Amino acid sequence: MTLLSIENVSKSFGQNEVIHGLNLQIQEGEFVSILGPSGSGKSTIFNLIGGLLTPEEGTIHLQNKIINGQRGSVSYMPQTPSLLPWRTILQNVVLGQELRGTTNIEKAQEMIHKAGLGEYIHSYPHELSGGMKQRVAFIRALLSPQPIILLDEPFSALDELTRLSMQKWLLNIWESNKRTVLFVTHNIEEALFLSDRILILSQRPASVISDLKVPFDRPRNEELVLEDQFLESKRAIHYSLKRNVYE
Amino acid sequence: MVLLFLFIIWEMVVKLAEIPAWLLPPPTEIIEEAMTGWSLFSVHLQSTIQLSLLGFVIGSSIGLITAIILHLIPIIRESIYPLLILSQNIPIIVLAPLLVIWFGFGLMPKLIVITLVCFFPITVAALDGFRQTPNELKHYMMMAGANRGQLFWKLELPYSLPAVFSGLKISATYSVMGAVISEWLGAKNGVGVYMTLASSSFRTDRVFVAILFIMIVSLILFAIILLIERILVRWKAKEENKK
Repeated sequence: MTLLSIENVSKSFGQNEVIHGLNLQIQEGEFVSILGPSGSGKSTIFNLIGGLLTPEEGTIHLQNKIINGQRGSVSYMPQTPSLLPWRTILQNVVLGQELRGTTNIEKAQEMIHKAGLGEYIHSYPHELSGGMKQRVAFIRALLSPQPIILLDEPFSALDELTRLSMQKWLLNIWESNKRTVLFVTHNIEEALFLSDRILILSQRPASVISDLKVPFDRPRNEELVLEDQFLESKRAIHYSLKRNVYE
Repeated sequence: MVLLFLFIIWEMVVKLAEIPAWLLPPPTEIIEEAMTGWSLFSVHLQSTIQLSLLGFVIGSSIGLITAIILHLIPIIRESIYPLLILSQNIPIIVLAPLLVIWFGFGLMPKLIVITLVCFFPITVAALDGFRQTPNELKHYMMMAGANRGQLFWKLELPYSLPAVFSGLKISATYSVMGAVISEWLGAKNGVGVYMTLASSSFRTDRVFVAILFIMIVSLILFAIILLIERILVRWKAKEENKK
């Protein structure tokens, strides 16, 4: 079943057209990555889906309802953890629920423990490392009641090792929850390792130039990134990006 | 320590230069007067403390409410903010007699004076605090579907608390000063009354007693607010300790 569907959406800021005729469909339970060069309007797409911006043309459907310019229809995890410094970890993870109505403290406690953050449940964000804060931000997104989670380059500020362990952790948690995820990144390996499907964006004005199915089975482990088929796919995406960005 | 040292020098200079007590009394005499005249002075002190506290509570509430209204309704902010700054340029000493003409000698004109000196630091501090809320936090809240009210109560207000407390600390010391000034307008009791009487009869030691207690009251008020801040904004203190 199609959960999110973006049809022919265009958006410009003044003279500057950022998105032109964007089309994409996300099925329920799917993990889809949007891959594109920096400045290709990835964040604008998220702001459109999140309702902070309204498209000039086209429609955005979520569960067959038009959500153009409607805030709060999706759950969101930003690039920076964006935790509220005066709230404990437990109070932070329920924020998404709180904004939409009722909170489920027991579920939140359970998730924090599962994520390996049990001993920090009553700590404040500044007592946590960067990776741990991002875990908290992801749990907050998972606990939010909306049917789809948008992740906006969530690991781009982390160092390489933390990033790898975070990707594994994310997959682990996701595989036991199977929420629908739309993931923005500029990292090819990350997109391949995590997703079911990859959408490659063109340069500005952005539109989808290719839609790739990722051929690897789940559950995936980290050896995958060194297999021939993985490297082959990585190379293919790399060239396709390069062709469209530089030529 | 520095204070003690200053008192010792003061004492010595007065004694050595044989300055008459009505011109500048030595600290020992001031302290002596504070103790012997306590029963007379405490009545005045009590009424000033009550007046300052009442004025401070009213002034800071008005200050905070003004900040919230100005923040939530931008059109009002643009039109009213310059007026607020102007209101701070009216000398209170000039305004005071006018207030007496309009409102008489009761509590009202005094509270207006204190409110006028109190509310401004809080309004400015709170407005700055609201506006300095990081964009990334606001962006998250909006993406997560927060409405204007939620954005304010769950993000902007708690974020601005440290700033609001800076404003409160300034206002607290102003409120004592404002209370004393307002008592000059005419009152039965109060440190301001006591001071006017003392200085007109050349009881300089009593003037200094009044000054001493004004400082002590201000400091205590300051300390109380600091304590409340420690309790309410615990996360900030912890965060700074870590750095």
